[in-house]
Amino acid sequence: MREIYAILTIAYRDFMKLMRDPARLISTLIMPLLFITVLGGSMQANMGKGLGYDFMTFIFTGVFAQTLFQSASMGIVSLIDDRENDFSQEIFISPISRYSIILGKIVGETLVALTQGIRILIFGLVAGVTFSAGQLFGLLWVGVVICLFGAAFGVILLSNLPSRRTADQIFPFIMLPQFFLAGVFNPIQILPWYLDILSRISPLRYAVDLARGIFYSGRAEYGKVVLQPPMLNLGIMTAAFLVFLMIGTYLFVRSEQNR
Amino acid sequence: MTPIIEVQRLVKCYRGSASNAVDDISFNVEPGSFFTLLGPNGAGKTTTISILTTTLAPSSGVARIAGYDVADCSSEVRQNIGIIFQQPSLDFNLSAEENIRFHAILYGLFPFYPTFRTMPRGYRERVDELAAMVGLENDMFKQVKKLSGGMRRKLEIIRSLLHKPRVLFLDEPTAGLDPASRRNLWEYLRNVRQKSGTTIFLTTHYLEEAEEADTICMINRGRILAYGSPQEVKGRLIEVYVLVDAADRSQLRSELLRLGLAFSETPLFKISLDGRGVQEIIKAIETPLTLVKTHIPTLEDAYLEIMEHA
Repeated sequence: MREIYAILTIAYRDFMKLMRDPARLISTLIMPLLFITVLGGSMQANMGKGLGYDFMTFIFTGVFAQTLFQSASMGIVSLIDDRENDFSQEIFISPISRYSIILGKIVGETLVALTQGIRILIFGLVAGVTFSAGQLFGLLWVGVVICLFGAAFGVILLSNLPSRRTADQIFPFIMLPQFFLAGVFNPIQILPWYLDILSRISPLRYAVDLARGIFYSGRAEYGKVVLQPPMLNLGIMTAAFLVFLMIGTYLFVRSEQNR
Repeated sequence: MTPIIEVQRLVKCYRGSASNAVDDISFNVEPGSFFTLLGPNGAGKTTTISILTTTLAPSSGVARIAGYDVADCSSEVRQNIGIIFQQPSLDFNLSAEENIRFHAILYGLFPFYPTFRTMPRGYRERVDELAAMVGLENDMFKQVKKLSGGMRRKLEIIRSLLHKPRVLFLDEPTAGLDPASRRNLWEYLRNVRQKSGTTIFLTTHYLEEAEEADTICMINRGRILAYGSPQEVKGRLIEVYVLVDAADRSQLRSELLRLGLAFSETPLFKISLDGRGVQEIIKAIETPLTLVKTHIPTLEDAYLEIMEHA
């Protein structure tokens, strides 16, 4: 019971931290909104006719998945600098299990990312993306799955990063290529073989494709937008989630004491 | 009495480092006592405290707290200790009370509820009591970033006492505090010791902070230089001696030997007083002296001297 309370506490703290930080609430939303309106809107206006599907909706679904994935994984990586300052020194010294810390952090960062995801959904509606209640429900549960998947990816990054400095230097190289390899803004139905390999090893690809697979399910555009069946994406993500989490947690717990 | 902290032949060598940060140290701390680990920056104080508080694994040797091995029973050890870090470990975005509440839940004292009002009565009473003890009654619902440095330290103290630890570790707790807050801090700690019998383990590089302790353990470069009560350590630190010289040095040398006065040539003849008066020694020497100079350092001088030469 005590470990469960501890997990709740850690998660609650992450969530409260976001809610008390209005600047962060706004700044985290700016990039996704730029992508959807400026990039999506301009591409749709100029090239939309030849595609056979609405480009703004395409980017909207991609950015939705990408934002959740990135927010959750970056949130987990923040355990690095937390280790050196502020409250998490306190968390790391408390008599709770290291596994509870990771778990609490995953739950917390999932909540934080979902808060962002919901705001993106609302903004999408305002910007003119249309979706039914069924599609909304689909995106919500897919959103939770993507957050957990992103968090597990964060755990494996965390366990291999020695310091905040390294994390800041490496993060763009890990995230930015995935934007393009996962097809967040660009169709990747056809890729040269070498990009195809890189795309298939990008975890974000499966998250984005799962979101679109659910969103476009039963629609005319499905064949043009979705790469593979949602169940296949879900299977790959579940397997990767377990592997990331087990290896990452093991390495993290081990490296914490052996400096 | 069984010691509350036992350290035996503790060694820590950081990965990729040629020398040991902590180099074969052993000491015991009696329950309820005030123990100070004294040494300059880089002496190995924080490394020692990290090992004792289970955040760092030792390379070899044994350390036990309340009978629990820090390497094998970290959870039991953590339950029995409170820590105040060099850097404040508060969440600045949360209120003072929330910082306290999260600590209480992480230490398994109370179940989780999202607000102060919904927390159990026992918790609310304890918070009120602790806040009153350090004079933070009116600040518990303010965000920590709006509190002053001294108030934050107080908050950390009451937080670290919440789970009634048997040992309270303080890692250079006065860094960044003004003199008034510093004095207050010592008063609270004295209070806590009297009321709860908590053992205090302090690290500092200020000699005057160590003077209140029951036991001082002075370390430098990972080794123990002096150990004992402040009086004993001072006695060891302060070496009072007289420097003399003569035109005929070999005559002076043989005379000193004959008189049985312990001396060293630095190249001046350095004679330790060992409790004798300067006059007594000078009177005993018949060789004409060209120089007589007494050396009576202050405690601070002696400390710096030892640290430089160690």
